[in-house]
Amino acid sequence: MAKQLNMQATRRLVGTNKQATRTRSLAKRPRRGERVIHGILFLCGLVSILTTVGIVLVLGNEALLFFRDERVNLLEFVSGTVWQPQIGEFGILPLLNATLLTSLIALLVALPLGLGAAIYLSEYASPRVRSILKPILEVLAGVPTVVYGFFALTFMTPLLQRLLGQDTVEFQNTAAAGIVMGLMIVPIISSMSEDALSAVPLALREGAYGLGATRFEVATRIVLPAALSGIVAATIVGVSRAIGETMIVAIAAGGRPFLTANPFKAAETMTGHIARISGGDISYGSIDYTSVYAIGLTLFVLTLALNILSQRIVRRFREVYE
Amino acid sequence: MTQAPRIRVRSSEATQADQPVKIDVQNLNFFYGPKQALFNCSLPIRERTVTALIGPSGCGKSTFLRCLNRMNDTIAGTRTEGKILLDGANILDPTVDVVALRRLVGMVFQKPNPFPKSIYENIAFGPRVLSMNVNMDEVVEQSLRRAALWDEVKDKLKQSALALSGGQQQRLCIARALAVAPEVILLDEPASALDPIATLKIEELLMELKSEYTIVLVTHNMQQAARASDRTVFFLLGEIIEDSLTDVLFNRPKDKRTEDYITGRFG
Repeated sequence: MAKQLNMQATRRLVGTNKQATRTRSLAKRPRRGERVIHGILFLCGLVSILTTVGIVLVLGNEALLFFRDERVNLLEFVSGTVWQPQIGEFGILPLLNATLLTSLIALLVALPLGLGAAIYLSEYASPRVRSILKPILEVLAGVPTVVYGFFALTFMTPLLQRLLGQDTVEFQNTAAAGIVMGLMIVPIISSMSEDALSAVPLALREGAYGLGATRFEVATRIVLPAALSGIVAATIVGVSRAIGETMIVAIAAGGRPFLTANPFKAAETMTGHIARISGGDISYGSIDYTSVYAIGLTLFVLTLALNILSQRIVRRFREVYE
Repeated sequence: MTQAPRIRVRSSEATQADQPVKIDVQNLNFFYGPKQALFNCSLPIRERTVTALIGPSGCGKSTFLRCLNRMNDTIAGTRTEGKILLDGANILDPTVDVVALRRLVGMVFQKPNPFPKSIYENIAFGPRVLSMNVNMDEVVEQSLRRAALWDEVKDKLKQSALALSGGQQQRLCIARALAVAPEVILLDEPASALDPIATLKIEELLMELKSEYTIVLVTHNMQQAARASDRTVFFLLGEIIEDSLTDVLFNRPKDKRTEDYITGRFG
């Protein structure tokens, strides 16, 4: 009896019974639509990878031409204090210095503001307030950077001049550009940090409240450390945005490479310089032209190093909560 | 014919009934927005006693527990009416400092929730935020000893608390609650995420701790209530149906609904 049942089952699986073949065969079926979708989705991912590879190749290739030129010396490139391609001076320091200065100022503005906003939204604001405030804050991230640039030039610089005197603050200066760039990245930092803070389990907050911790202690001693990796990631994205930002610094920071630590003087950043030079009439293949790629490569290496560094920091300090 | 299977109850000392009242809940009503979760609940909770709150899911036993240290304040849109007297003082009074209250009335949650810090830092967190002027090493050792965890972790205090097993994590949470020297300890289904052996350890621990603390335990496990508590309170649909000595409640329930629940007719 049992054997008979077994046979029946086998027959059905193999498909000798015609009725069963149609309704419950376990044989593999071709699903062409599924494969096409699979392929298309794979191509979507591939495009961005190929783009990155292409950019690195072009950058590296053109920069190689620059460094091969007999007028260029790698040691001078990284340590020279004058950038004057017309007279054969290729020292990256003035440009690098301006980039780091504006980015540092931006970070000093954006980190406290962005983190404060994130803590408010995640730990203090009621769900209703948060649902209104967060989108508004994110709109700031959508303002075109050229608008920020003119805001720096026509509002921030006059404000600084009124506060500190017109003799101290030049018409173009890294402080105004940096501060406005900081305001620009506040939404990036606050939005990403808020996501990281909100992801910390409620149980941890309740545990701390249950021990008599205040809201601020819960936020700073429990939630913030637990969300640290996300906050560092947010900061790095923000700083990378600042380092790569072009329009604001091109308009408001300065138009000449100038090595200075004074944030109230004009100084041209790497991105600003690239924008200015490539907008002018330089001939393809000239050293002016390839030098732009060398700067680009430096920028790329800088942000890459920053990303690697941040990953190290995160791995070292983060508190894994589950 | 269907004789109710009686649950064996640990012989309860007669003195328990005579303990003074530590927390006196009077006519407590609680609302989540428009929805009422507790209806006119009154309950005296006695000092140095383990009081178990039982009842089917959603009966309000956890809500009731969380009223006792105003943990529900952290949920938006809730409202509480009535009185909860802790040593005679109404803790629902708006002038009460919840931070001070939660120091006196500690809490252990359903799922172990150690902070993602070292074992030492977990215990030290409470005394630190309360700026208690204590020898921290001593507090950490004493708390861990009382929670019967010291021998297992004394050599790895600097290690992450998350490396501990679930049962150890829950005992760490109990130790963490003890570190701020509370008078009352609330436990919200502390063993529901643990295996039977870890559960037994927690229950033994409660029996030891009751000589010094007033303990209120929410559990959905009737055997646990029978094993680990002196008094048991039965909740149903947001109301307190019966409050008795544990062996009385399980063996001679006064209310028909209590009997139906403990004999497994519903819930």
